Amino acid sequence: MTQEASAPSRSEQDGLEGWVRSAAQARRAEAGPLLDLLHDIQGEFGYVPADCERILADELNLSRADVHGVVSFYKDFRRTPPARVAVRVCRAEACQAVGADELAGQVSDRMGVGFGEATHDNVASLDHVFCFGNCALGPTVEIAGRLYGRVDGPLFDRLFSQAVSAGGTP
Amino acid sequence: MSSGPGAAVTVYVPRDSAARAVGADEVAEAILAWSSAGDGRAAVRVVRNGSRGLLWLEPLVEVETSGGRVAYGPVTAAEVDGLLEGGMLAGAESSRYLGRTDDIEWLRSQDRVTFARVGVVDPMSADDFVAHGGMAGLQRALAMTAQDVLAEVSASGLRGRGGAGFPTGIKWQTVHSAPGSPKYVCCNADEGDSGTFADRMLMEGDPFALVEGMLIAAHAVGATQGYVYVRSEYPDAVATLRSAIDSAYARGWLGEQVLGSSLAFDLFVRVGAGAYICGEETSMLESLEGKRGMVRAKPPLPALQGLFGRPTVVNNVLTLATVPAILTGGGAGFASRGVDRSRGTQVFQLAGNVARGGIVETAFGVTLGQLVDGFGGGTRSGRPVRAVQVGGPLGAYLPPSSFELPMAYEDFAAAGAMIGHGGVVVFDDTVDMAKQARFAMEFCAQESCGKCTPCRIGSVRGVEVIDRITAGDDPEGGIALLEDLCQVMIDGSLCAMGGLTPMPVRSALRHFRDDFVPTAATNGQGTS
Repeated sequence: MTQEASAPSRSEQDGLEGWVRSAAQARRAEAGPLLDLLHDIQGEFGYVPADCERILADELNLSRADVHGVVSFYKDFRRTPPARVAVRVCRAEACQAVGADELAGQVSDRMGVGFGEATHDNVASLDHVFCFGNCALGPTVEIAGRLYGRVDGPLFDRLFSQAVSAGGTP
Repeated sequence: MSSGPGAAVTVYVPRDSAARAVGADEVAEAILAWSSAGDGRAAVRVVRNGSRGLLWLEPLVEVETSGGRVAYGPVTAAEVDGLLEGGMLAGAESSRYLGRTDDIEWLRSQDRVTFARVGVVDPMSADDFVAHGGMAGLQRALAMTAQDVLAEVSASGLRGRGGAGFPTGIKWQTVHSAPGSPKYVCCNADEGDSGTFADRMLMEGDPFALVEGMLIAAHAVGATQGYVYVRSEYPDAVATLRSAIDSAYARGWLGEQVLGSSLAFDLFVRVGAGAYICGEETSMLESLEGKRGMVRAKPPLPALQGLFGRPTVVNNVLTLATVPAILTGGGAGFASRGVDRSRGTQVFQLAGNVARGGIVETAFGVTLGQLVDGFGGGTRSGRPVRAVQVGGPLGAYLPPSSFELPMAYEDFAAAGAMIGHGGVVVFDDTVDMAKQARFAMEFCAQESCGKCTPCRIGSVRGVEVIDRITAGDDPEGGIALLEDLCQVMIDGSLCAMGGLTPMPVRSALRHFRDDFVPTAATNGQGTS
């Protein structure tokens, strides 16, 4: 690879490093800010790029293992770019009682992916969640950041198609 | 209109995320669009309140009339124009008309203390909060010594609403008497139990009540800093709470010299990241410190060595939000409700396959059947109730033959069950209880922090054993092994995650054994 070709990637790297360091500085006065910082980073970049672990370890005077341990412990922190339309289906007991398992199968079939997977073009991803706190109006599904209650197969099809055409903006 | 001719009519459309999940935002937009379409139409002021808790009627719209608030529900956006043209703004009857909100029997037969303001006030308005009795509890507390506040809370008999039911007064007294500084007040708002949503609804519907409760706790124990740990699955609650905290600082309710007193208290919100175990208090403290949510061994108690190793009050949202009402109404008034050692009211949450789901706040002692059949109206599917899980994923499954059981800590413990955080999840007769027991183990395997072996490994083995039992591979031997495994998890786990996972498993086995091992009578005929 020529030097020119690698240049954009290098500058992206600097952009990330600068952004993460200034985010860490902004929380300098806070005690134990690592989770908040990871939320900051994910809010900005959509995921936690691998290099953040090194930068955060340096900024917070932690080992890289400590930071990696935190990133990998929590389900929310993604280590790859997110899909444009993230679908999350509640599979906890209250939603199970009103057919969440059946709906989960329908959703998976409709999207053509399994749970924990994304479509090959990364347009849409599918995950399960244990409880959104919408337990009286289940089954509950979150599509592109918006919560929907009493979802059945046909309603999901409609909402999902709308979300995909809208490009992932709720 | 009481507000005079030409004045805008006030219409309430909930901002609660359950209401939004069934179209409340669209309803609010449709009401405003109709009003602004001209032709001398009445001006409308839309207030986005919390939910009244009649969730099966959401979106539930209320109109302020001279005779009080009139309710309509469930309202869809498509129906809005017709309802408005039919005189909804004057409180006219229609197919969605529910009458005066205060006259709705489902609400009238409750005793709302913790939830008194939820659904009534504008949760974003500090003025509305004060107009409905907010800050009176803190003012009374600040006029008292810390020791007198502790005595009042102890006299109320209030026990932790998060699930463990530890007496709040004793916990606070321990922190008050502990050496060390600074001291912290931490609110556990990591409401991960399926079937529970009262913490969320309170934070979205009356966030200042939580701030006030934490300030009273701070005064009572001598704390100067507080954190609310909210799960990331509750983004609306996080936003509402942050807005309330900003307003509270602007009014001098937080920071130095709270309400002109010597109390100084700073309050922060921290957001979880999708780990159920962080609802366990020591795991939550680790997470608040920015670490993996690994459970700590107890002792030391968090009251003595909690957040950053300092004396810390850790209480659930409902516990803290109930304290202001105890200070205004007196501990004795609160304690006059309830039964035995379960004093006051509990915020029950009806969920799952239930016809009328939502919030039922009432004194302890109401029976399980009164909640499920009475308030809940049976199943949403119309089929018979077969099982009810009380107290979240770690709570027992109970059959309808347990419906006489009073909702009280000791009665439930005696029945091998627990009240937990007050969630009641209803299942109809299509449920496969062996599958539910398997799910309890699977959930534990997924959500265990991994620190102790009985929980980390036991839950995985539990799934395997249940699979062998239901496959008919030496079921009697398998059940004996499962019982033994459950006992090891109860005896050997570090926290309630591993220690209580056996509760749904064992209760399912005890009450619904045929689902695991079909008897001769039902063999080959399914599990119903």
